[in-house]
Amino acid sequence: MSFISYLINGISLGSVYAIIALGYTMVYGIAKMLNFAHGDVIMVGSFAVFTIVSTLSLPPILGILVAVVVCTILGMAIERVAYKPLRNAASPLAVLITAIGVSYLLQNVALLIFGANTKSFTSVVTISPLKLADGQLMISGETIVTIIAGIVIMICLTLFVNKSKAGQAMLAVSEDKGAAQLMGINVNGTIALTFAIGSALAAIAGVLLCSAYPSLTPYTGAMPGIKAFVAAVFGGIGSIPGAMIGGILLGIIEILGKAYISSQMADAIVFAVLIIVLLVKPTGILGKNIQEKV
Amino acid sequence: MKKLRMTKTAKNNFVTYFIVLIAYIVVQMLLKTGHMSSLMEGLLVPLCIYVMLAISLNLTVGILGELSLGHAGFMCVGAFSGAFFSKCMDGAMPNGIRFLVALLIGAAVAGIFGILIGIPVLRLKGDYLAIVTLAFGEIIKNLVNVLYIGKDNNGFHFSMKDSISLHLGEEGQVIVNGAQGITGTPHDAGFTVGILLIFLSLFIILNLINSRDGRAIMSIRDNRIAAESTGINITKYKLMAFSISAAIAGVAGVLYAHNLSTLTALPKNFGYNMSIMILVFVVLGGIGNIRGSIISAVILTLLPELLRGLSDYRMLIYAIVLIAMMLFNWSPKAIEWKDKIKEKYFSKVSFRKEKEVK
Amino acid sequence: MSLLEVRNLTISFGGLRAVDDFNIEIKKGQLYGLIGPNGAGKTTVFNLLTGVYKPNEGIIKLEDKDITGLKTIDINKAGIARTFQNIRLFKELTVLDNVKVGLHNHYHYSTIEGILRLPKYYKVEKEMDERAMELLKVFELDGEAEYLASNLPYGKQRKLEIARALATDPKLLLLDEPAAGMNPNETGELMDTIRFVRDKFDMTILLIEHDMKLVSGICEELTVLNFGRILAQGQTGTVLNDPQVITAYLGE
Repeated sequence: MSFISYLINGISLGSVYAIIALGYTMVYGIAKMLNFAHGDVIMVGSFAVFTIVSTLSLPPILGILVAVVVCTILGMAIERVAYKPLRNAASPLAVLITAIGVSYLLQNVALLIFGANTKSFTSVVTISPLKLADGQLMISGETIVTIIAGIVIMICLTLFVNKSKAGQAMLAVSEDKGAAQLMGINVNGTIALTFAIGSALAAIAGVLLCSAYPSLTPYTGAMPGIKAFVAAVFGGIGSIPGAMIGGILLGIIEILGKAYISSQMADAIVFAVLIIVLLVKPTGILGKNIQEKV
Repeated sequence: MKKLRMTKTAKNNFVTYFIVLIAYIVVQMLLKTGHMSSLMEGLLVPLCIYVMLAISLNLTVGILGELSLGHAGFMCVGAFSGAFFSKCMDGAMPNGIRFLVALLIGAAVAGIFGILIGIPVLRLKGDYLAIVTLAFGEIIKNLVNVLYIGKDNNGFHFSMKDSISLHLGEEGQVIVNGAQGITGTPHDAGFTVGILLIFLSLFIILNLINSRDGRAIMSIRDNRIAAESTGINITKYKLMAFSISAAIAGVAGVLYAHNLSTLTALPKNFGYNMSIMILVFVVLGGIGNIRGSIISAVILTLLPELLRGLSDYRMLIYAIVLIAMMLFNWSPKAIEWKDKIKEKYFSKVSFRKEKEVK
Repeated sequence: MSLLEVRNLTISFGGLRAVDDFNIEIKKGQLYGLIGPNGAGKTTVFNLLTGVYKPNEGIIKLEDKDITGLKTIDINKAGIARTFQNIRLFKELTVLDNVKVGLHNHYHYSTIEGILRLPKYYKVEKEMDERAMELLKVFELDGEAEYLASNLPYGKQRKLEIARALATDPKLLLLDEPAAGMNPNETGELMDTIRFVRDKFDMTILLIEHDMKLVSGICEELTVLNFGRILAQGQTGTVLNDPQVITAYLGE
């Protein structure tokens, strides 16, 4: 029975990774850059909820709304100020290093405002735990909400990309920026929209993550962010279904690794998975192979 | 007959060595005359360590053109292998020789790790390489924290669980004690040793850059496809640069380990943040500019210490400096603007312009 | 005996036959042109010859030695050097160093000798400098030896690319649109340079070009590609008057 419980926890954690990974993968697909600061947007979202709910004692739903708005604006602002000027830079490393700088900046601004002490985050979920198999298997309300939220987001995002005009524009830009521009697509707008959606998802992921693991520091977002990137690579960077599969698999691997191998080594196991995946199939599970044009 | 006229690069390198030498002399004078606070004195060896880390990372980032975010991992490998050796051999050989061997071991082990990681990883492109090196650094840190090694009359015992599982004999001694790390490493490090190691690192890196191998490495950075069709062995030269960079980071690690009584692998010293800090040094000093790395490592370490009030803002300042430098140096618009300014205010028109007129 | 012999060379990308049953024979010392409309597969042929792509079928022989499927670096060592349609120089290296990278496999000293600056380092570097300057003189680039490659004007960058390719001491030189982006004056100059290279270095040259003046001016034989297949092959004069070729270029 404990195995099933671990598995469900794994899927729940994996759903959070999947939601973060979606942000990574969409941005990577369209802007061809690794947005290192994505994880820290999660942290900003969590602090927004924390401020509204715990400090100002306002209803959680308002907190979530504020977090989504704050992160969306933040994501677009980061893109506009720090990344856009470097889009045509001579070295692809330029924007990556800048993204690391942005990540650092967000962490340290949060550190100055909120301090280094761990804040205990009040869960926004009020559903009581589900008891199965005569109480031997207990699934927490956070787990249920997280998994449901994950499924809903994935379905909405897939529909958005495949059915809406803006989603089709995203696909076009990710395929060929120049050609998309010639077809009359607003490339800058599409990239900004992608950052907006990715950051909004990060806000939701932050709320879910902190509800399940209720300790919040300025560094809360960094490690889940990096792991979600691992998930995105695992599933095949640039692929939306890939991010979902990669996220859930990684969550399961992490929880099972913690339970059965060593809790101290859980992070090492996750990173080892990344290295193995990149060596065996660098394009990930669902990734496309892109050859450099000569 | 020796050539009297020095080439431009030789002159440049000479200036770099000279700066380090002057810094050494000035510090020695301050020490002798008692004008240095104990706080500053305590910073001298860490400064040498940061300088070595910065110039060695610049070999990977600036000369090879690959972004590594696991540099602290190589430092960690060097620190633990060097300290392990010194702990085992303490008293068994003269101090100077023991430290020298420890340095060599740190360099060799870190260099071997560089090759082992490099073989699979260097096939990957920029972003992936960055993330995998980051992953590697975190794995190393994790592994060291669960590593237990003890020694008794029967030889060495290993465990990944705890020190009791080592099953040591009565006279046995735990050398690496998991998260508690290595305690009681002999204090062999010093400012003079640090400066000597900086000179050695500079000598290796600068001479490598200005040689046949260095050209090959830089040709890969500038255009991999052209380098390949010009007959350059991409894998060989990538590995060469990467492992030399790792080995020097390993030496810095040995120096670090022998400057502390207790060596533990924390996120602060060997984690991702450390790797990023070294990267900040490299970026601020100019990617590919070795002398710049030295200067920026020194300034960025000293500045927050000198302005004590700013120490809370230290990391924030680093972050802003990093972003501003990148935007200023790499954004096509900023480059265009700088070119315009140059043309306007300097009488010597750039070569490009001259040729276009003709 | 022909220097380069290619039989039945074929490659497909996702069902599309980019190059289909390509054959060519180039004799030593020949100046050979590969022409065709955009997208006909000319650069793909170059990429197949230099090992950037592996062919699905066919054989490539250089001086009767089978080099099919070798890696790019080994093909360079076997004796094929090339330039690129979109210039690929080592931009942050000096003009001189660009050529010295080309000389890399012909002048040796070990890494240790380089780092310790042993006498062999100075001796070999001096030889490399001399050889590189010789090559630069041929292309009238010796005055700019210490400039960064990215600071050269466009026409000189093209020349430097040829110099770098020649530095690898090839048997066969592949030039991918050497006159692209040049004005008629520069093109005329380039034609002289190509002829000069062939005569001075006893070089065999295969070039892709759109500029018909250059092609008819210096190429002795031509192969015309269209949709990945050979449309015509033979003496330049004959090929250019082939009604099929004229149709392919001018449309129906």
